[in-house]
Amino acid sequence: MSEPVISVRNLQVEFVTRRATLRAIDGVSFDIAKGEVLGVVGESGAGKSVTGAAIIGLIEPPGRISGGEILLNGRRIDNLPPDEMRKVRGRKVAMIFQDPLTSLNPLFRVGEQLIETIRTHLPMNERQARDRAIELLTEVGIPAPEKRIDGYPHEFSGGMRQRVVIALALCAEPDFIVADEPTTALDVSVQAQIISLIKKLGRERGMAVMLVTHDMGVIAETADRVAVMYAGRVAEIGPVRDVVQRPMHPYAKGLMGAIPTLEASAERLVQIPGSMPRLSSIPQGCAFNPRCAHAFARCFIEQPAPLPVEGRRVACHLYEADMAAKTVESVR
Amino acid sequence: MSPRPYVEVTDLRKTFDVSKPWLNRVIERSPRQFLKAVDGVSFDIKKGETFALVGESGSGKSTVAKMVVGLLGASGGEVTIDGVSMMDPNQRAQRAQLRRRMQMIFQDPYASLNPRWRVDRIIAEPIRAFNVVEGEANIVARVGELLTLVGLHPDDGRKFPHEFSGGQRQRVAIARALASNSDFIVCDEPTSALDVSVQAQILNLMRDLQQKFGLTYLFISHNLAVVRHMATRIGVMYLGRLVEVSDSKEMFARPRHPYTRMLLDAVPDLAMSGRQRIPVAGEIPNPINPPTGCTFHPRCPLANERCRAEAPAAIDGVACHAVAEGRISAAPQPALA
Ligand SMILES: Nc1ncnc2c1ncn2[C@@H]1O[C@H](COP(=O)(O)OP(=O)(O)O)[C@@H](O)[C@H]1O
Ligand SMILES: Nc1ncnc2c1ncn2[C@@H]1O[C@H](COP(=O)(O)OP(=O)(O)O)[C@@H](O)[C@H]1O
Ligand code: SF4
Ligand code: SF4
Ligand SMILES: [Mg+2]
Ligand SMILES: [Mg+2]
Repeated sequence: MSEPVISVRNLQVEFVTRRATLRAIDGVSFDIAKGEVLGVVGESGAGKSVTGAAIIGLIEPPGRISGGEILLNGRRIDNLPPDEMRKVRGRKVAMIFQDPLTSLNPLFRVGEQLIETIRTHLPMNERQARDRAIELLTEVGIPAPEKRIDGYPHEFSGGMRQRVVIALALCAEPDFIVADEPTTALDVSVQAQIISLIKKLGRERGMAVMLVTHDMGVIAETADRVAVMYAGRVAEIGPVRDVVQRPMHPYAKGLMGAIPTLEASAERLVQIPGSMPRLSSIPQGCAFNPRCAHAFARCFIEQPAPLPVEGRRVACHLYEADMAAKTVESVR
Repeated sequence: MSPRPYVEVTDLRKTFDVSKPWLNRVIERSPRQFLKAVDGVSFDIKKGETFALVGESGSGKSTVAKMVVGLLGASGGEVTIDGVSMMDPNQRAQRAQLRRRMQMIFQDPYASLNPRWRVDRIIAEPIRAFNVVEGEANIVARVGELLTLVGLHPDDGRKFPHEFSGGQRQRVAIARALASNSDFIVCDEPTSALDVSVQAQILNLMRDLQQKFGLTYLFISHNLAVVRHMATRIGVMYLGRLVEVSDSKEMFARPRHPYTRMLLDAVPDLAMSGRQRIPVAGEIPNPINPPTGCTFHPRCPLANERCRAEAPAAIDGVACHAVAEGRISAAPQPALA
């Protein structure tokens, strides 16, 4: 198989506060291949956005990457000096956020922003860049792009604005895009349009996409593989069909059962007791242990490592305990 | 004869004046502008059932909710609850009696709980206001009971709202809503700000409480899957109008209105059945200048001249010319039936 576009190895991110050093990301690893969409899902505070920010070099003090490596096309980018990283960002990697207004300057016409970004990264004159901008707006589905290019961001609806942001992210023809909750602020009908756009662009342009969302439905529709995050760690990662339909990690199982669906009308939703711990009080051992119905002695002492199980990786002692039990038996 | 529905909403309307300030209007020669947030909405709710209003943001769900509980005056129409009018000035006394029995729960419990009060005082307030139980010791006992009922500990009453997580705060809001022995609760997006695992806890709790006390819910959400899980009947809103009212099962198996079909089709397919979605065209138009006739016509694949000219009246729960004229096949949604 070809080399992954993005490779995250054992990433750790910490925030230094007056009281303590809080570890927000604790040993996260994954790869994303060309043309692949990795969905990253988990409840708020799981560390999805911090992981995305770390990859695109946007962790600001008091935060810092305290361990691990991030490779883009085989080259380390986590230790680049800030101005070199700035070049990588924009040219090779781009991002789309939940609120399109964070990426757009309200005082400038949409076209000006697109043209400037294109010319920063590609050798084009004004005329060529404008043509390119119109092409991009067409590609992301803005009607009458020759006219709309001269509009201001506030003249666009929420869904159209998000399309403009996607066009902006595509300007430099990046290899990798982080989309952080790109549809969360949109209504369902518009959300569906944006999802299929991201999916189509990733496939057609052969980009690697990291799609961050708390919405499992969005992941099921869009992603090739999915990583389920909990308390700064990856609980389970694998092909989307396997993880969504037959989750193995107790948290992933609980999460899937907790989601009401259109298809089944269960009397009761699966209920995971409690809520995600704060960073200052992540339990020792497996971070999920206070909420887990299967927790046993080892879970309170030792943090489970992500192990390969049935075509995916699962960080849960149950799947090693199985082996351990057999070992014990054979010893007897 | 069947008994009168517990809640009856008839031709409810709300128009907001969204004109610019007088001086701007004079200088810019701009006319007064009005926004019909709710435009002739009628439905009823039987005792002990959950009626849901669903629709995209801006469709008028919250405005209906506020008018039903009397937090917002209506521009027209009528709401009666257990036979008592929420509007008629002659029924003020009966209405005061009714207030005790209806409460509202909001999306953001933090905004609706006084941050400077301890939780036991917050929950005790309606008990005192409506004299539900007498005597300090009894009030304390009742507050402890309510906290236990919603899955908290009686000692949690000593804490302030900010000391709780979002889900726990919503439990506090529910405890307060139950404190005056209310039997009708209006819930406006009660779990929309919560994570799914916490949402499941709250939805389960709400269903348990409904069974235990025979509560009647008006449940508002933009999330169709949540609505399907909670509601016995559903009303779909679009730009201030109810476009379809159906039994929950029926609506998901055989959505009739083109907008309902579109909404269902737009929900991401968690079952990964590979169902082919029909891409939805367009976005919600500006409510200040809504389209003529059926306001859905610019996005509707079945729109014709009549749709552009004439607003459809609700017939058998659906407001659509194509349905009335039999131009739309009643074929079930293949993936959902
Ligand atoms: N600037 C910051 N300072 C301190 N803690 C932070 C900061 N940014 C994020 N965190 C913490 O890191 C954890 C992960 O956050 P985040 O990645 O934003 O979660 P998610 O995107 O999954 O909701 C959270 O506990 C959050 O409070
Ligand atoms: N106080 C108000 N003044 C002016 N317009 C309002 C006011 N409240 C709501 N609206 C408008 O009324 C419409 C319906 O709003 P709302 O009932 O909040 O919708 P929903 O709850 O379905 O999102 C929207 O267009 C909204 O902007
Ligand atoms: S490691 Fe233990 S506590 Fe953690 S998920 Fe597995 S069984 Fe539960
Ligand atoms: S009335 Fe006409 S435009 Fe409106 S939903 Fe029915 S067919 Fe479509
Ligand atoms: Mg986030
Ligand atoms: Mg609302």
